Amino acid sequence: MADIFSILRDNWTLLLIGQYPHGPLGGLAITFLLSVFGLVLALPLSVAVALARVSPFAWLRWPATVLIYVVRGVPLIMFIFWVYFFVPLLIGRTVSGFTTMLVTLVIYEAAYLAEVVRAGIEGLPKGQTEAARAVGLSYMQTTFKVILPQALYNMVPAMISQFVSTIKETSLGYVISVNELTFAANQINSTLLTKPFEVFLILAVIYFLLCFSLTQFARSMERRITRKRAGTVHASGIRAPTVAALKVTP
Amino acid sequence: MTMTPNPASQSQPMINFKSVNKWYGQYHALNDVSATVAKGEVVVVCGPSGSGKSTLIRTVNRLEDIQKGTIEFDGQDVNARTLDLNKFRSHVGFVFQSFNLFPHLSVAENICLAPVAVLKKSKSEARARALELLERVGLAAKVDAYPGQLSGGQQQRVAIARALAMNPPAMLFDEPTSALDPEMVGEVLQVMKSLAREGMTMMCVTHEMNFAREVADRVWFMDQGALVESGTPEDFFSNPQSERARKFLSDLRSH
Repeated sequence: MADIFSILRDNWTLLLIGQYPHGPLGGLAITFLLSVFGLVLALPLSVAVALARVSPFAWLRWPATVLIYVVRGVPLIMFIFWVYFFVPLLIGRTVSGFTTMLVTLVIYEAAYLAEVVRAGIEGLPKGQTEAARAVGLSYMQTTFKVILPQALYNMVPAMISQFVSTIKETSLGYVISVNELTFAANQINSTLLTKPFEVFLILAVIYFLLCFSLTQFARSMERRITRKRAGTVHASGIRAPTVAALKVTP
Repeated sequence: MTMTPNPASQSQPMINFKSVNKWYGQYHALNDVSATVAKGEVVVVCGPSGSGKSTLIRTVNRLEDIQKGTIEFDGQDVNARTLDLNKFRSHVGFVFQSFNLFPHLSVAENICLAPVAVLKKSKSEARARALELLERVGLAAKVDAYPGQLSGGQQQRVAIARALAMNPPAMLFDEPTSALDPEMVGEVLQVMKSLAREGMTMMCVTHEMNFAREVADRVWFMDQGALVESGTPEDFFSNPQSERARKFLSDLRSH
């Protein structure tokens, strides 16, 4: 136990920010940046793919469906290798590990998130679309003013879960030497040589704390959204307990 | 496409169904329906469930397509290839059984959405009109509430205001009170009655036979996709012509 604390005391900056400011940023900071940028950049892409997937036009539906099935049918590490070896060939110069990992994550997460967004769209009552079209809104206006705001809001918990997966997936960046958290832990392990159990326990605890707290956050969001929706289920024709409706009425 | 009613043809019907047929696969959902709703007229459509009433009313603004026949709304062929569907629909007031308010928007935003996005009104103009309409349905105090904070009856009244905000020449009601708790039916019917008194052309699918008696100019009775009877409420209720209508009315009374 004392070992764990002394390892932490000696190496906490390496785990947290890598060699920064004397070297490149790394550790948890890079893990976090990869996850956040990965998700933020994947989100608009995933909305586009999801819209294509529920589009009335087959020429939009097909490529989106193929993309999703291909990505979901291939392990992430294969994708990392593809991007790692093919992107430099494609653009004619080398690419940093960070960029490679980010590109990979964006494509990968976009495909998964697209299915989340699609579920959100298809989970809305059909009456929402009908009501929007009945007052004369176009398909696009209906999508952007009525459907997406509700679908994305309802999907916030699922997106947080996806964010948790992304955090864990960034650890695969290790294989192409992205200096994220796992990479930092391995560096420490190589220096100490005799304490692998302690080092990787620390690594596991950090991942766990981060992911567990985010999962809890997702659950509390989910409860909040369910409560908020309980007040509005009447709108979809289902009888709802009126407590929620009465509560806020002035 | 012009939607302004032609004053020279006051006798021209507001809604004109001519030999309308619709199939869902083998199922004949609408069987050769021909009928007209005149301008200013209130028509109540009734019949057992599955008789095609809702399907019929939904064909008017093309929430359902038809396979045969024609429908004209205010002189416009609803199924014309050249029809600008969005613009057309913005002229047809439609009220749903399940209200279908947009839960992420406030009452005012629900009402203003289409006037701003489709009619290109300014936000302030649209809001002023929304307030006026909310006053009319007795919900001015709820202008900034969200649908989830309203009772079913209040939501349906907002839905009526939302449809009226587009200044439609006619209003279609698809079982507007069927999803409501009994104590809320009255407030919605009250709004509908006042609309009828103001001369609005209305086509209502409803099971509220008292509403039909009091407000309707004519009652249509449908069964198995066909329009079986059409008459004044007095005639229909006291002297139904068909066996099916007699059975329907006696079933209603036995409840």
